[in-house]
Amino acid sequence: MLSTKNLSSNIVLGQLYALWLREIKVFLRERSRLVASTFTPLLWLSVIGSGLGSTNLQIGTDYEKFIFPGIICMSVIFTSVFFGSYIIWDRKFDFLKSVMVAPSSRTTVFVGKTLGGMTTSLFQVAIVLVLGIALGINYDALSLLQILSIVLILSFCLTSLGLTFGSYIESLEGFQLIISFVVFPLFFLSGALFPIDNLPAWLKLITLIDPATYSVDALRNSILNLGTYSFEYDLAVLLLFTFIITIIGILSFRRMKAV
Amino acid sequence: MITVKNLVKKYADFKALDDLSFEVNENEIFGLLGPNGAGKTTLIHILATLLKPTEGGAIVNGFDVLHNANKVRQSIGVVFQAPSSDDILTGYENLKVHALLYGIPRKLREKRISEVLELVGLGDRKNDQVKKYSGGMRRRLEIARGLLHHPKVFFLDEPTLGLDPKSRETMWKYIKKIVREEKVTIILTTHYMEEADMLCDRIGFITNGRIIALDSPSKLKQEIGGDIVKITFSDRVPLDKDFTKFDFVHKVERKENSVIIYMEKVNSNLHMLIKDLDDVQTIEYKKPTLNDVFLKLSGDYLSGDSPEGGFMQRYAQYKKS
Repeated sequence: MLSTKNLSSNIVLGQLYALWLREIKVFLRERSRLVASTFTPLLWLSVIGSGLGSTNLQIGTDYEKFIFPGIICMSVIFTSVFFGSYIIWDRKFDFLKSVMVAPSSRTTVFVGKTLGGMTTSLFQVAIVLVLGIALGINYDALSLLQILSIVLILSFCLTSLGLTFGSYIESLEGFQLIISFVVFPLFFLSGALFPIDNLPAWLKLITLIDPATYSVDALRNSILNLGTYSFEYDLAVLLLFTFIITIIGILSFRRMKAV
Repeated sequence: MITVKNLVKKYADFKALDDLSFEVNENEIFGLLGPNGAGKTTLIHILATLLKPTEGGAIVNGFDVLHNANKVRQSIGVVFQAPSSDDILTGYENLKVHALLYGIPRKLREKRISEVLELVGLGDRKNDQVKKYSGGMRRRLEIARGLLHHPKVFFLDEPTLGLDPKSRETMWKYIKKIVREEKVTIILTTHYMEEADMLCDRIGFITNGRIIALDSPSKLKQEIGGDIVKITFSDRVPLDKDFTKFDFVHKVERKENSVIIYMEKVNSNLHMLIKDLDDVQTIEYKKPTLNDVFLKLSGDYLSGDSPEGGFMQRYAQYKKS
């Protein structure tokens, strides 16, 4: 059955579709996740946005608007890293074992997962974008295209990161470590909530090794015209991070114990 | 169909599998029996390409598990100890996902999914989420899933663990049906002796990572040396009685106040045996079961006490000591 190249690439596509389909069905049936993913950004925009916004910051726009690109990235960070590290659950409940005994390569499984992560991120971001209209944010075709590409790349990058950590961690308790040591630092150090221009040197240095920093900046460029760097620079650095993390992710995934 | 050669699996200093060699023939149901931790699941994981052996190797359906893992994976179906279906998906969706993973062509897919669903009697529940299935139904769905791609070898790792007696019997019925209709070689692990006795053509007893006996259930039971009689005395076993003087007695085990005698034709010979015995409290007699075979074989490790008593209790004692 795998004798010709054409057939076997069809099979890989089918396998990717299978893994993606499973993730999407699970996501759509878990209503609590959908509710949480609408409510959390709303909470940030309204409470933190209005709360800190009332303190007269020098940022060139309303604080709610200033953090809006950051909240888009927050949605992507939480969704993607969690999504990747759900591999710990898959392994615990033996679903992964049943995938591993099928004739699919681990790279296929890895990519299937990241496709799932990208799709769920898109769902979440679509909801945030609608909330943005209520804040008085205007989109045009170009900014929507830019948002779409940044969101997809960042989510690919961070799902890979989640899968990387997930492939090393064996206990469910390790999930908490990922939240504390990966998810929150990625978010807080991304400049989502404050401008990174005038930070102390040590803090600035850390923000520079956070891929989310460049995503927030890119989105701030395209939505508010307020970036620290240019959109192209942000995009290039983000792609570099994504490339490196994906390679590390695939290697970690291949050496992961199946049982 | 399967050749295992000098297989060793070490975890640090612990040898899970210790120089294991055996063969499984085509279209037989091969049972792997042994206590928890004996190495059964480790062996299945190696044969299913999920674990790499430390030394030695295995050939499944003509393919090396180390160097031709993908070919092996196409040849096998596996049902794991814990149900591994996604319980948020429906039974049908689980099968569809796996049909795609195995690259079953679109034209055959739907037909094959209906076939395996019928085979395990889940046709009318296929659109229910798996979380609404009972334990037995989940296990049957796993079987259906494992058979989707017409595997040559089918691994069942404790397929009836945790099922109630009725579900267990249903499961046995389906396993027999699969062999008849799908023409697969089955490797089944269990620690229910009656299950192995009923289903398996041949049985390998595995303890501490070694196979200590391998034969058909009836041959194994013959080897134990006929029927088993246990005579309990109200006081100590009389020391002057020599039971071995009878031709029909194969073996005698003396305990504090009882004696276990392995002998032929209890019906006609028992009266000779007990003719001049005093103080007899009870006489128990039974045909040997696989349980007895196991206890006899593993006598080195287990403190044998009486011919009856569940294997699990023995194992518990063994763990304590």
